Amino acid sequence: MEIAVSREVSFRRLASGSYWRVALVATAAVLSVPVLVIVASLLQPYSSAWQHLADTVLGDYLTNSALLMLGVGVGTFLLGVSAAWLTAMCEFPGRRFFTWALLLPMAIPAYIIAYTYTGLLDFGGPVQSALRDTFGWGYGDYYFPEIRSLGGAICMLSLVLYPYVYLLVRVAFLEQSTAVLEASRSLGKTPWQTLFQVALPMARPAIVAGLSLALMETLADYGTVEYFGVSAFTTGIFRTWYGLGELGTAAQLSAVLLLFVFVLIVLERWSRRRMRFHHHAAQAEPSRIQLSGVRAALAFGLALTIFSFGFLLPAGQLSVWVVGSWQSGASENFLNLVVNSFALAAVAALACLALALLLGYGKRLHPGSVEQGAVRISSMGYAVPGTVIAVGVLIPFAWLDTAIDDLARQWFNVSTGLLLSGTLFALVFAYVVRFLSVSLQSVEAGLAKIRPSIDESARSLGRSPGGVLRDIHLPMLRGSLLTALLLVFVDVLKELPTTLILRPFNFNTLAVRTYELASDERLAEAALPALAIVAIGLLPVILLTRSITRETPTDEGTGVG
Amino acid sequence: MAEPLQLNNVSVRYGDFTAVIEVSLRLEAGHIGCLLGPSGCGKTTLLRAIAGFEPLAAGSISLGERQISDPGQLVPTEQRNVGMVFQDFALFPHLSIAGNVGFGLSGMDRAEREQRISAMLELVSLEGTQSAYPHELSGGQQQRVALARALAPGPELLLMDEPFSSLDRDLREQLAVEVREVLKRAGVTAILVSHDQQEAFTLSDQVTVINAGRVAQTDTPYALYHNPADRFVAEFIGQGSIISVNADTQGKLSHGLGTLTPEQLSNYGQSNLGLLVRPDDIKYSARSEVQLKVLSRAFRGANFMYELALPNGQAVSCLTPSHVNVAAGELLPVQFDLQHLVLFEAEG
Repeated sequence: MEIAVSREVSFRRLASGSYWRVALVATAAVLSVPVLVIVASLLQPYSSAWQHLADTVLGDYLTNSALLMLGVGVGTFLLGVSAAWLTAMCEFPGRRFFTWALLLPMAIPAYIIAYTYTGLLDFGGPVQSALRDTFGWGYGDYYFPEIRSLGGAICMLSLVLYPYVYLLVRVAFLEQSTAVLEASRSLGKTPWQTLFQVALPMARPAIVAGLSLALMETLADYGTVEYFGVSAFTTGIFRTWYGLGELGTAAQLSAVLLLFVFVLIVLERWSRRRMRFHHHAAQAEPSRIQLSGVRAALAFGLALTIFSFGFLLPAGQLSVWVVGSWQSGASENFLNLVVNSFALAAVAALACLALALLLGYGKRLHPGSVEQGAVRISSMGYAVPGTVIAVGVLIPFAWLDTAIDDLARQWFNVSTGLLLSGTLFALVFAYVVRFLSVSLQSVEAGLAKIRPSIDESARSLGRSPGGVLRDIHLPMLRGSLLTALLLVFVDVLKELPTTLILRPFNFNTLAVRTYELASDERLAEAALPALAIVAIGLLPVILLTRSITRETPTDEGTGVG
Repeated sequence: MAEPLQLNNVSVRYGDFTAVIEVSLRLEAGHIGCLLGPSGCGKTTLLRAIAGFEPLAAGSISLGERQISDPGQLVPTEQRNVGMVFQDFALFPHLSIAGNVGFGLSGMDRAEREQRISAMLELVSLEGTQSAYPHELSGGQQQRVALARALAPGPELLLMDEPFSSLDRDLREQLAVEVREVLKRAGVTAILVSHDQQEAFTLSDQVTVINAGRVAQTDTPYALYHNPADRFVAEFIGQGSIISVNADTQGKLSHGLGTLTPEQLSNYGQSNLGLLVRPDDIKYSARSEVQLKVLSRAFRGANFMYELALPNGQAVSCLTPSHVNVAAGELLPVQFDLQHLVLFEAEG
């Protein structure tokens, strides 16, 4: 009797553990298919199209992508670090406002800011028109920089990606012990010398992490470079697939792009590990350098310039266009677009959340190395450009469709056609691969705040494991779960290349419609869906600003004492 | 309500590592026991095994008539009727104080529940805090809420894992006294895990010293201090040093340290004995002929702790009143006052 009970107990423990393990490993396996397909494509035979690419445009792709990364790297570094230094370490009029306002450019997808500036700065735009009217110039009388160029793309991407650097470096500055900075001042260094000799070197890990995130976004960008006619990897992949119909070559091209991404991942991981070593307890309020007179005006001017070019001007121009084109009937299908986009984003957000909970709980309950590895692999997608994931989804789904079709013909003599590719299922799957890490981060952060002693305490007060979930975890996690939903929702809404490649025929979203209208040079009509994306994109940024303006980057845990 | 707790040859294993080895223990109903030992000795693991968070590799645990753990059977924690106070208190941050204290109360109507909650808060002197939230309270208050919450369902056994370790030193001693009063008033059987002997002595009726997963000694605080069972307990409990001494044929030790009883003489022999000397065994005596050289001293306000050298160079400590002020290097007149001799086999 006793022995029978014993076996059952140990069997049940074992069984529940291995169920979790199977679930986690299966999830990781399925989610890693797109990336594996891309990597495996390197082993496939190289078609003549590849040879053609290598002879003609591959060099361009490499040079342009490298120049783009270099330019955006420098741009985001300059904008991000100066914004962080001003708002974290200096005191000037408007500092509190700029602390959160400087995050707002994050809400604007790069392709939207690109359309907006094109509308502002091209020959027929308000800026050049005003110049001509003022000075009486005609066409060709004057030099004006061409926005639709590599340099223009660098400016656009820098303007919306610098907040990654700003966010991380600002926190790093705030966490630096005031004593270290004061020690530098007491040893005779000016604030400028302190910045360059102490504060910046100490913030290096944060700078590297922020830059690698910004550069990942740069590599993933399709809309901006395509619109500006810059041949980069993402546009090359598109052209190879849509123009040449060479899916295999597109995958091989994607694999080369993945190589760049891999370097960035390693860089980011490495710098984040360094950050942990350098983590100091945050102090209540850093002693800021008081700026006054000309220097305060300069600081204010710089912050205002970044904010204006990154957010105020483009958002303002979009609004002007929307108001101007309101009557023209461009909004006939707008409601339809909103419904499509919202439904799609909501489904993807829920799917991500469900998987994130599965992975998060599996890891919490059975923190083995297999489980940890599964979670890590499942969250790799955040670094992989949407274009690459789309190609990686397209290939296995097409293969599966053909296989099913063949079988159906063989057995039932019917053709099933395309069951999976070109459906919303394929699209949602791609979103999950790309954005799962976003919700996983939220869920894991929420779970980490619930110390194991909280679970045990509820158990000792008579709650079953299910009761603990209902009475303790769900209420404590509510915020994290909502954040996870919101972040994925917005990311899906903004995502352009994945949607473009995988959407079902004639299925339009806000992002796709914006892109199509802008490509047709109907910028004013593109403004309405674009502004909708920006408005919704503001939600998570507001969420961020709320946590950032609490000034000190402390955990909102339930610290003892 | 309270039941005696009985542990029989309990072992707990983590993979290949055995954290708790064949521990047997009995705690009478209504008594407060303490598991005392250095960090990593397995005391917390043992407490968690009693709570039902760790399965047993061998042995059994019973509470009253009921067997609650053996290698084949693990009554789930929620069915054990044990209360637990955690090191970090583990208050539920999303619930008010009333919500926390009432969390374990089920099958009560509203009025009954509220009455029980206020009775519990009164017990820990936190009347009127019902609607506050945990983060609004001080550390000491949070600690008392944790205690009230654990006691509210009327557990048969209360477990406390280093309950004072996250509090200030001053607060700790004061709370230890208060908690003992609360537990005695509630008449609950309780086990506390601690690495702080002061806390253990203040709070408990019975202390179990644990060394490397095994029980070194279970006894009253007084007996542990004065009759340590082995070198480990002697050195872990209280201050003092074990010096090596020789006895003559009558059992008399040199320097007037004392005389062995005939049993001790036959058990331990004459030469190479380990003798436990506590600071309070050596007294300052102005006229004494025994004068020992001062190696170092530490002023503690109410007294001085001197480190003295015996003629053969071995160091012993001595506690004197605070006005006995002798500098290092000078001689301090002392008298040996060992009420009874605690001997060990000489070391290796």
